Amino acid sequence: MSTKNIEEKQYLIRFKADTKSHLTVLDHDICMTKCPDKICTIFCPAEVYKWEGLRMQVGYEGCHECGSCRIGCPYQNIKWEYPKGGHGIVFRLA
Amino acid sequence: MSEKFDVIVVGAGPAGTSCAYTCAKNGLKVLQIERGEYPGCKNVMGGVLYRQQMEEIIPEFWKEAPLERPVIEQRFWMMDKESAVTFGYKGLEWGMEPYNNFTVLRAPFDQWFAKKGVEQGVLLVNETVVLECIVENGKVVGVRTDRPDGEVYADVVVLADGVNSLLGKQLGFHKEFRPDEVALTVMEVINLSKDKINDRFNLEENQGCTIEIFGDSTKGNLGTAFIYTNKESINIGVGTTLSSMIKAKLKPYDLLDYLKTHPMVRPLMEGGESLEYLAHLIPEGGYHSVPKVAGNGVLLVGDAAQLVNAIHREGSNMAMKSGKMAAEAIIDAKKRNDFSESSLNKYREALYDSFIMKDLEKYKDAAHVFEHYPQYFNEYVPMINRAASKFFTVDGTSKKDKQKQIMRSITGERGRLKVIQDMYRAWKAVK
Repeated sequence: MSTKNIEEKQYLIRFKADTKSHLTVLDHDICMTKCPDKICTIFCPAEVYKWEGLRMQVGYEGCHECGSCRIGCPYQNIKWEYPKGGHGIVFRLA
Repeated sequence: MSEKFDVIVVGAGPAGTSCAYTCAKNGLKVLQIERGEYPGCKNVMGGVLYRQQMEEIIPEFWKEAPLERPVIEQRFWMMDKESAVTFGYKGLEWGMEPYNNFTVLRAPFDQWFAKKGVEQGVLLVNETVVLECIVENGKVVGVRTDRPDGEVYADVVVLADGVNSLLGKQLGFHKEFRPDEVALTVMEVINLSKDKINDRFNLEENQGCTIEIFGDSTKGNLGTAFIYTNKESINIGVGTTLSSMIKAKLKPYDLLDYLKTHPMVRPLMEGGESLEYLAHLIPEGGYHSVPKVAGNGVLLVGDAAQLVNAIHREGSNMAMKSGKMAAEAIIDAKKRNDFSESSLNKYREALYDSFIMKDLEKYKDAAHVFEHYPQYFNEYVPMINRAASKFFTVDGTSKKDKQKQIMRSITGERGRLKVIQDMYRAWKAVK
């Protein structure tokens, strides 16, 4: 059974991304100074969050809208909204 | 959209559609709002749909609904690194009417179900997000959507907006959920030919099988994995509480790949290709996490009300039942023209009197116990595997002596008193 890495898994899904992000890191300093683990970069199932040395990059276009980052961020540092109606992830099967 | 409705249902999953369908069938004017491009496109479930609660809404739905296979066998694996102790039940009666449950793919199923609601007169509006409930004088009177001039009014608003119920939170019915109240689950749909599925899972035409896997499927963390057979594909998924995922620093997709390539699982998947990858939260807080479900002009149903029985992987059936009970309370309230909390509380009473809350109450401490005492997953599953291996290996030792050795090694590893405590605690949590 071939496994796919997360980038390849993400290619299996249809996204209808909005031009505006529905995910906002409220304070980048908190990620930098208070959160050594950057835990959202680990548990996010779509690897939406990537730490780029100084800032948290948010690839909202590939978001599954699961809500884990909102609940799991230890500093409640993520503003989480639904994407605009009709936008975001479009599951075809299960 | 300035006209007024009897009912606005937010969300077109099983809970919302059951409610909308039942209300419309009884002559109420219903608006159902779905944020996705179509119903089902934001929804994820392992893939088991129970017949009874669906049939209470649409009799003999299996004759026309898009279903995959009736489940005739449910297997359970306690899995270690290179072994598994398994048990289960296979019964041909489940393969005949009226059936017990079916495997389904949600995107086609939810679209079909919502269409049945539309046939009853529901006005379904897709691609629309409800931003907030409109509250006047302590009463929910409508919703504000992300459409231009998108305010709509109704006597009752039903929140069927799922596990991320921002609207329930807005109304103060519940706080933000904690990471130990939700399970993060990821899954893939793997294509595999009908013949291969039938061979590998020992099935015949139009028979399905489910496998729930404990232990090494989550690397010993609190959670489970599942494998469900569809017509020509397999759903395979794994989840742990979000708190466990954080504590163990697991990447959910790595955990899924670990499962797919596990020597006990791989032969079932061999040659399959992924068709889709999905992630979702499951509200697993149970009885203690169920929020207020009825207020002035508003009701909460399904995942938005945390109605999931994680131990028995039941959720969509509870969603449907709660949606139907909410509808019945609304129909009743309409007769009295009283949509106050005390009037709508009929729903709450019905809910707490039903199997839903009885089941959640039965297991109210289970999640808590298994979260705080991880030995059930990371110690006892390997122990049971070692014991089975020892017992079934023929090496000239008498069975009586083997039993003694097994008991000694189990109590030796954890201590006799601890084992007794653990067993008593687990029994109390699920009794």
